[in-house]
Amino acid sequence: MATHSESTGAPAGASASATTVAATDVDLAALYRDSHVAEVLDRLDRELVGLVPVKTRIREIAALLVVDRARRAVGLGSAAPSLHMSFTGNPGTGKTTVALRMAEILHHLGYVRKGHLVAVTRDDLVGQYIGHTAPKTKDVLKRAMGGVLFIDEAYYLYRPENERDYGQEAIEILLQVMENQRDDLVVILAGYRDRMETFFRSNPGMSSRIAHHIDFPDYAPGELLAIADLMLARLEYTLSPGARVALAEYVERRVRQPHFANARSIRNALDRARLRQANRVFAARGKAVSREDLMTIDEADIRASRVFGEAAMTDARAAATSGGADGPAR
Amino acid sequence: MMTNTGNRLTQGQFSFLPPLTDAQIVKQIEYALSRDWAVSVEYTDDPHPRNTYWEMWGNPMFDLKDAAGILMEINACRKAVPSHYIRVMAFDASRGWETPRMSFIVNRPKDEPGFALDRQEIDGRAIRYSVRSYAAAKPEGERYR
Repeated sequence: MATHSESTGAPAGASASATTVAATDVDLAALYRDSHVAEVLDRLDRELVGLVPVKTRIREIAALLVVDRARRAVGLGSAAPSLHMSFTGNPGTGKTTVALRMAEILHHLGYVRKGHLVAVTRDDLVGQYIGHTAPKTKDVLKRAMGGVLFIDEAYYLYRPENERDYGQEAIEILLQVMENQRDDLVVILAGYRDRMETFFRSNPGMSSRIAHHIDFPDYAPGELLAIADLMLARLEYTLSPGARVALAEYVERRVRQPHFANARSIRNALDRARLRQANRVFAARGKAVSREDLMTIDEADIRASRVFGEAAMTDARAAATSGGADGPAR
Repeated sequence: MMTNTGNRLTQGQFSFLPPLTDAQIVKQIEYALSRDWAVSVEYTDDPHPRNTYWEMWGNPMFDLKDAAGILMEINACRKAVPSHYIRVMAFDASRGWETPRMSFIVNRPKDEPGFALDRQEIDGRAIRYSVRSYAAAKPEGERYR
């Protein structure tokens, strides 16, 4: 700066703003590199299929982090944002899986100090008698400080029909800590969509403290096949070409049947296919069995499923009588 | 007294320094947690130096990863017994140690009256010395306001 050497006081502000403009331009890219955020996001892309709203939100939080660092570099203040989240969605859409990852992600992004996850359900928070709930909830909160508290099936905390229920006390302690100790703890609630909506309607304080309401959409058939591929790779199995076609047809049919639990149904189907493959290989144990034979799932192992049978009406009737998710399919 | 104006209790670590701020306490607790020591909070209103076993405020917190939870307990203890001495201890359970490794006072009563030296003459004009706290003249719970 030409004027800088001539007087001591006045141009300091001018030269400072000129240099900091240039410094910020360089910093964002360098900050992005230094924060190792890109590798975290890439790993998330690779290992979890689909989940577009989740990945979008995580990218937005990552951008906020990088910009926060740039602001701090130029001397601007940066208040830690509220990161409490609510994951809603149908069974098997990845809520628990993503919550487990979220602790690690937020730790890499620098938003939580230690990055451990404490996963609890209602029983870990609510006591059985008067005076039992507060210490129990406080203990869980103390353990989760510096990390992420994941409350699965959060709507069970609130039982309005039972006046002797101590869930409301746990909710109140949670609300207080969620508000006053935002930089110490991130809370993630998860549950099925309709029940979580009821829970939030009856607890507007909880709903307003949650900054990110993220909905987990159902997987498309193509995504389910990709999930199956990932699972098989992890289990070290391969599909024969015929089996791959059969699996695609299986997914198309299974999706339309009742009690479909997305990725969990796929995992169950693969487990059953492994069972049939094992039985097939075991039955032929007279001749030599190669490594390929042990690893390959054949078309027959998948076609044996009841989903392919006359089954559509029988399954619907069975679903009406049986209770659980993924009940009727075999 | 020339060496300890204000009669501050000099038990445990950092007792000759000005009172620790919350940020400094957090740093000390983080150090203890990084060494996998169990941190506990204790309180008492009996300041005698041979009073080793103070009242426990909750159980030792050996499963915590972060100091924020422990600071929550310290502040709860401060609110419950603001005029007692409160200390934080870190216990090392590893083999060969099995002992408290850190112990520092985080809260003191506003006025600490100090200690008296009692001289007792026994046979042959020998003297036995003992230390008595002025605060202990009153019953438990009424010693500090």
